[in-house]
Amino acid sequence: MENKVFSKDEWLEGIKALQSEYKVFVPVKAGDFHKFVRLEEQTIPDLDYQNTRLSPKSLVYPESERMFEFSTDENDPDYNILKEAQKDFGPQAIIGLRPCDAHGFLIVKRNFDNPEYKDPWWVRRYEASTLVGLGCNEPCGTCFCSSVGGGPFDEEGLDVLLFDLEDQYLAKALTEKGSTLLAKLDGGSEASDKELSKAEEVKKAAQEKISSKVDTSKLADKDVLELFNAPFWEDLAFACINCGTCTFLCPTCWCFDIQDEVYQKIGDRIRNWDACMFPLFTLHGSGHNPRSEKFQRVRQRFMHKLKYYVDKYGNGVQCSGCGRCVQFCPVNIDIRHVIELMNSH
Amino acid sequence: MLEYVDKIRETARKLLDSGTVEVFIGYKKGSVPMMNEPVLIKDPDQADILWWDSNCALNLCNYLTKRKEKIGILATGCNSRNIVTHIIENQISREQLYIVGVPCKGMLDHRAIKRAVDNKEILEVSEDADTITVKGRDFEKTLEKKEFLQSNCAVCRHRNPVLYDELVADLVEEQEGVDPYKDVRAVESMDPDKKWAFFTRTIANCIRCYACRNACPLCYCPTCFVDESRPQWVGKSIDPTDTMTFHFLRAYHCAGRCTDCGACERVCPVGIPMRQFTKKLNKDAEELFSWEAGLALDQRPPLDVYRPDDYNDFIL
Amino acid sequence: MDNPYLPYPVRIEEIITETEDKNLKTFKFVFLNPEDEEKFSYIPGQFAELSVPGKGEIPIGIASSPTEKGFVSFTVNKVGLVTTHLHNMKVGEIMGIRGPLGNWYPWEEMEGKNVVIIGGGFAFTTLRSSIVYMLHPDNRPKFEDIIVVYGARSPGMLLYKDELAAWEQRDDIQMHITVDATDDPDWKYNVGFVPTITEQKITSSENAIAIVCGPPIMIKFTQPVLEKLGFPPERIILSLEMRMKCGIGMCGRCNIGDQYVCKDGPVFSLAQLKKMPPEY
Repeated sequence: MENKVFSKDEWLEGIKALQSEYKVFVPVKAGDFHKFVRLEEQTIPDLDYQNTRLSPKSLVYPESERMFEFSTDENDPDYNILKEAQKDFGPQAIIGLRPCDAHGFLIVKRNFDNPEYKDPWWVRRYEASTLVGLGCNEPCGTCFCSSVGGGPFDEEGLDVLLFDLEDQYLAKALTEKGSTLLAKLDGGSEASDKELSKAEEVKKAAQEKISSKVDTSKLADKDVLELFNAPFWEDLAFACINCGTCTFLCPTCWCFDIQDEVYQKIGDRIRNWDACMFPLFTLHGSGHNPRSEKFQRVRQRFMHKLKYYVDKYGNGVQCSGCGRCVQFCPVNIDIRHVIELMNSH
Repeated sequence: MLEYVDKIRETARKLLDSGTVEVFIGYKKGSVPMMNEPVLIKDPDQADILWWDSNCALNLCNYLTKRKEKIGILATGCNSRNIVTHIIENQISREQLYIVGVPCKGMLDHRAIKRAVDNKEILEVSEDADTITVKGRDFEKTLEKKEFLQSNCAVCRHRNPVLYDELVADLVEEQEGVDPYKDVRAVESMDPDKKWAFFTRTIANCIRCYACRNACPLCYCPTCFVDESRPQWVGKSIDPTDTMTFHFLRAYHCAGRCTDCGACERVCPVGIPMRQFTKKLNKDAEELFSWEAGLALDQRPPLDVYRPDDYNDFIL
Repeated sequence: MDNPYLPYPVRIEEIITETEDKNLKTFKFVFLNPEDEEKFSYIPGQFAELSVPGKGEIPIGIASSPTEKGFVSFTVNKVGLVTTHLHNMKVGEIMGIRGPLGNWYPWEEMEGKNVVIIGGGFAFTTLRSSIVYMLHPDNRPKFEDIIVVYGARSPGMLLYKDELAAWEQRDDIQMHITVDATDDPDWKYNVGFVPTITEQKITSSENAIAIVCGPPIMIKFTQPVLEKLGFPPERIILSLEMRMKCGIGMCGRCNIGDQYVCKDGPVFSLAQLKKMPPEY
């Protein structure tokens, strides 16, 4: 696989040219934070950023998605028959996502793309996506990717990895998809040994800058019932306000709700992100709720990420260490602290 | 406000030790800068984890709803007004509470502080009486606190608790001559199209996480109208109509009850200024009913009572 | 790509009001496309999502047996938005069925054994499917004794009354029908709660497997009775209910520990459940 070097201007020009073949998504500054938007004429990509406020999961798995449409008009020959909503699953390129967020897609993939069922929307969009990652020269104080099987320059789940070498990007193709994308870019030159070793230095320096570490290796061997019955959940949950901030910002939370909406005689079946923090999530029609108490919902979120997922897939925790929930939980419930509590129980 | 910490710990220890209260609700220092975690302690030996600084800007009244024990709780001006509202609305009884009043000089707007350092990552924060010093990897900056108050705190007229059993410090001077509704008037003066554009822009980033609702002590309904399924009042997607309906109806539901504590804006992960909606209704309550929420235990909110001289100009 | 969320269109063929309070109705559906019936090949114990366009979907156990051809049936309790709307629908209307979903009763393990079926209230639906399936001449020789304890609050709340009466007449199935209470002087069956009747009528766990389906309270009190009779937890089989949306283990809400009730269940042995968090 090739390694190419682009000047930053060359790179930005290049990705603009990709628009003829891909829907291109880039981070932009929008007010106080960054978010991914579709690259258009007026878009100013900003790759000089730490991370987007919301993870790029919505580019594969939108917060609200029309699944089916139907007519509720009894005179319509297709009355009440659901039809898949027509959508564009053409190639898309996500430029500049962080390695933790690419790792997030792999974690979620085990849910949406499994041997028994494939989620048609997630799978088609994911397969149509070329993920061009941007290594983190300056990881945040809350980043703990290296504790959960990733790293600031981790390549897993990416098609291309970019190294920011001050005035240049070194683009390392990691998959066929990545090579294909790079081949479509004008300019650039084969990376020299000097540039390659500079990239290695940048990577090494970044890895050393990760200051937040937590041990997730013991979780698999813990007894699930002992953790479930641990005494710390109620105290831990006290501050929680049961909002969806942690789950909605998280690159690895995938839960959803399905709702029908009808306007006049046209109906849609829609799926929306949902959150295990909401009491309604598990409320039975009878009124019974297996997780009626706040601490049960908080316990569910962390047990799911740190134990159930670990046991179910045998492939690590359901967390990519991006630190969004740590930074933005309104009441400062810190998953790193929860891992420590679980480790010490 | 750091000088309050020792006094808060001492008071909590005393109250728990003497059995005056069974639990004490305050804050502990957060794991990231400008974040603190609400905490409930039961043991006097835990008192040393209690903390206070200019980032204790959630509303602790939120944690009182329907609790059964005898509770000690810290209360700033706005928090105490919400406690009053909670008592009036039968969410907690006065007898259960030992209110430790915290005279407040305003909480800091963490977003404005981040903006002042170009949204670079702040790794360390320290504050003294008038300034806050923020440090990152390659910067250090000292800022005047009064320039970086949360926007609700900047226009606060009730910094001192209105209901308390004891104070952690002397009362502070109230701000005189503040104009809390300047921004509301600006919106009022817009023509309908502009207003609509303003509203649409305001909620555009909303992800329907309900952090604003859940951080609000007024939002204690067992089932919120957005969660009702029979009938379903609001769609659940991020369609702007539904999102706006949520914010507007919530604001109306808070009319005459909101203390402008700012918790809703503080917790929003995407920075939506939803106080633009609640403040309009605060302004109406004040202008039409001469009412500010939570100032007295013996008066019910205006939308809760009927008086023959109530404002009725809207009746044609 | 196959879309596991897309329901098969069906027509309501028949609606039977089962109980005196009219809150339970059985719906018989016919597939609009005959090939869909082939695809909807199920085993007793499985469920499906009934899809009422405009209202949503609900997971309901399949009450018909795969030995009954040409239709599928479901007995639906009127509780929420979708079920209330469904109860107001008429014969001939079009809606959807998505499935079959979930696992099934352990039929291979049950072969050559005495099968004890214990059901309460409206949870009898997949048990009805199982009984019809076992009584089919092709299947009956595979099982030893079939013993059924089925209870409801009152005689008028029993499901499938005609079939119950017919099964009572047969000698290849032992029926123990019971009601919590009744003032009907003509009531000729048992009076008493399901756990009590189980204790009286089931005498042995020898070479037997028990399938229990009912409200949580019934399950809670039947469990010790079965354990006292010597049923090991591996041979006590339960079917669970949970709030569900996707039905295929993706939407995340119906988990008990690392198991999704919709995909890994709804059928679990007590031995399995004992290893899972008690959160259901």
